[in-house]
This record gives sequence, structure tokens and C-alpha cells, in this order.
Amino acid sequence: MLTCRELFEFLHDYLARDLSLAQRASFELHLTVCKHCREYLATYKKTIDLTCAACEPDDDVPEDVPEDLVQAILNARRSK
Amino acid sequence: MNAPSEAILVEQLRAGSDEAFESLVREHGGVMLATARRVLGQDADAQDAVQDAFVQAFRKIDTFHGESKLRTWLHRITVNASLMKLRSSRSRPAVSIDELLPQFLEDGHRTVGEKRWSDPGLVAAERSETRAIVREMIDCLPDDYREVVLLRDVEQLDTKETADFLGVGLAVVKTRLHRARQALRTLLARRFAGVTGC
Ligand SMILES: [Zn+2]
Repeated sequence: MLTCRELFEFLHDYLARDLSLAQRASFELHLTVCKHCREYLATYKKTIDLTCAACEPDDDVPEDVPEDLVQAILNARRSK
Repeated sequence: MNAPSEAILVEQLRAGSDEAFESLVREHGGVMLATARRVLGQDADAQDAVQDAFVQAFRKIDTFHGESKLRTWLHRITVNASLMKLRSSRSRPAVSIDELLPQFLEDGHRTVGEKRWSDPGLVAAERSETRAIVREMIDCLPDDYREVVLLRDVEQLDTKETADFLGVGLAVVKTRLHRARQALRTLLARRFAGVTGC
């Protein structure tokens, strides 16, 4: 049986689906008996989701380039 | 933009056409600005990064061979320009990563359980607040860890692309990302429990 520490070491590869079948089975066996690790895994996944969701574009941010930025870029190119 | 017109645009850029450059800026600038904002989290710096990116793109247009889309090529240049800005603009000292990693007992088991998180909002009303919190916590991480989170979990680059950007091996990216996520998890847990600051 894995210890919690060993399970934590496998966490990245587990989510990336990089574990062998045997490793995956022992990972999941530990999860069924260890509430701490189950709860940790849930918040670890939530962290990834929040990081991803938090960086989606704001609904109120236009896709357009501000005109002054366009002009600044055109000027920067001319001066090179 | 479809492929033939993209090829023509690239031809014109190589020939130094002002009109082509301007249409490149107008066509791709908005998406590039959004990318720079995600990486930098600050609008003023993001505009500077986009400007740097276009100047570089123009300078390096001869190295664009059309094996990737122009959009993908510009995305990489924008991410790179944004990372450069990010490195030069750290406003406060980062926290120590070790202190944020999970603790274990000598037998390898966990010391304490995790409190359940009250579901932090992904609903529209709370989204921008949650976004600001996550960004603030990402900015607490030391540079190496902050960058790997931004490239992998924010910009959604794969491990190989991230390794190329950072000039490190694949194993380093995986280890760093895992540590960064664990640290970020601790920081978010503290914040959701009402602790302010890093
Ligand atoms: Zn456990």
C-alpha cells in the first residue's frame, strides 16, 4: 500500500495519465481508504481548474486592439 | 484568416510592406493583448509586451516558414515577450515554496486533513473576484514556479513547449509544476479561509 507521501509524488503523473496500470491501481486503492488524500486531490484539481478558469478572458475585455497601441506599435517599427 | 491569404500576408511582410504590417497588428493584436494580460496580469505592461512582440515578429519574419500558423507563431513570441517583462517587474518578494508544500509524518502519512473548500465562485458574479485572487496568489510564487504555472496551467502549453521556453528538461517542468500547484493550493486554501497576503 502506498503511503500518503508516495501518493503525492504520483499526483502529477496520475492526472496526466502517465502512470502504469499497476501504479494507477495502487494510487486508487490508497484513495479509497484515505480520506485525507481524497480531499487533497479534490482541492489540487480545483486549484488547476481555478487557475485555468481565472485566466479566461473577461467578457468585458474587447478583442480589439486599442488604437493608441496600434499607433505605438507602428511608430516603434518605423523607429527601428 | 485562411491559408492562401496568410501566405500572401507573410510575403508582403517579408517585402517590408507597411500596409501588411498594419493589418497584421489589427488582425492579431487583440488576441496577443489578451495573452499578454493573462501572463502579466497588468494592462500597462501587457501593452508594452505586445509592442515588443510585434517589433520582434517583424524582425524575425524571415524565420517564419509556415509550418505553424501565424497565430501560433505570434502566440509564442507574445508569451516570450511577456515572460521577459514579468521577470523584470517583480514588485514584491516571493514566498518560500517549501513552507507551502504538504507536510507528512515520519511514516509517510498525512498529519492533518484538508478542510473542504466552500466552492469558490465560477459563477459569473464572483468570477472576476476569484480571478483576481488566483492571480494575486500566482504572483506570490517564486519566479521559476510562477512561470511554469503561467505556461502550463494558464497558457495551456504542453510540457515540451514549456521546457523549450524555460530552457530546462521535461522532468524539471513536471517537478516544478507539481510543486507550484501544491504551493498555489496552500495559498488559495489560506485565502479562502480568510487569510490575506501571500
Ligand atoms: Zn493518504
